[in-house]
Amino acid sequence: MDNFTVGVVVFPGSNCDRDVSWALEGCLDIRTKYLWHESSDLSDVDAIVIPGGFSYGDYLRCGAIARFSPLINALDEFVKSGKRVLGICNGFQILTEAGFLPGALVANKNLNFICDDVELDIVSSKGGWFNNGDEKQTIKLPIAHGEGRYHCDSDTLKKLLDNELIALRYKNNPNGSSFDIAGITNEQGNVLGLMPHPERACDETIGGTDGLFTLKSLILK
Amino acid sequence: MELDQFAVKVFVRLRPSVLDPAGEATKSASIKLGAEGIKSLRIGKMIEVKIEGNGENEVRDKIHLLCDRLFANTVIEDYEYSLEKL
Repeated sequence: MDNFTVGVVVFPGSNCDRDVSWALEGCLDIRTKYLWHESSDLSDVDAIVIPGGFSYGDYLRCGAIARFSPLINALDEFVKSGKRVLGICNGFQILTEAGFLPGALVANKNLNFICDDVELDIVSSKGGWFNNGDEKQTIKLPIAHGEGRYHCDSDTLKKLLDNELIALRYKNNPNGSSFDIAGITNEQGNVLGLMPHPERACDETIGGTDGLFTLKSLILK
Repeated sequence: MELDQFAVKVFVRLRPSVLDPAGEATKSASIKLGAEGIKSLRIGKMIEVKIEGNGENEVRDKIHLLCDRLFANTVIEDYEYSLEKL
């Protein structure tokens, strides 16, 4: 795994790119490379993180402009090849806008920008993104979003349930998300989108290490 | 050949099934202002586009593509537009 490199996508307005890189390099000794959104060459990265932030100032809708970047266009082939893609917060919004994950993220029910630690139930083991043992597992991760209310229609929700695509559910739904959904995967399991920030929970000195497992799982085949 | 010029107004609205908390907050403020009788208040977007093309049908196709792929996210939003030849 010495050469395994995680690409961290940088859009104008990304603001968690350095946190993700710090968590991967400093806490997990995984090499990272920043990928400017105008690049479509993904040949020298083995997994990709689309970090949080406010790409293109959230103009029009969160993630709506970012999905048309050359990098996101190139992502289709990357995903089809089975390589892993993790979208955190704005990254999750971009993945839904681009159609890699179903549903959409809309304004929080109470209209507040919520910055807090939340407890989450790990629901599915699909993709191996979470430490999902025999017993029901709960983790605590920080959230920081104004538009994190997951919304999908009932047919999509049924598909998510039937195919075990719901990765994480809020214990105390903070934003009004359908079915308390905090994170979902695609059917293959190699794409995960979630509103909580695992990269902000990778060191005890900043409040917890429950995010380590998810970032570490980027190197899974 | 000179292309036809059009002014287009696109209206993007949250689907009725999607909660609009900003609309609810504005409704609440409207009532505090003293406006009576407001049954529902929902906030959408209006996008004005000036566009040229070879006839109305071609322009409608372009606008349809823009609405479907960019202006609206049809998972949560509906759209409609009006078109005026300049």
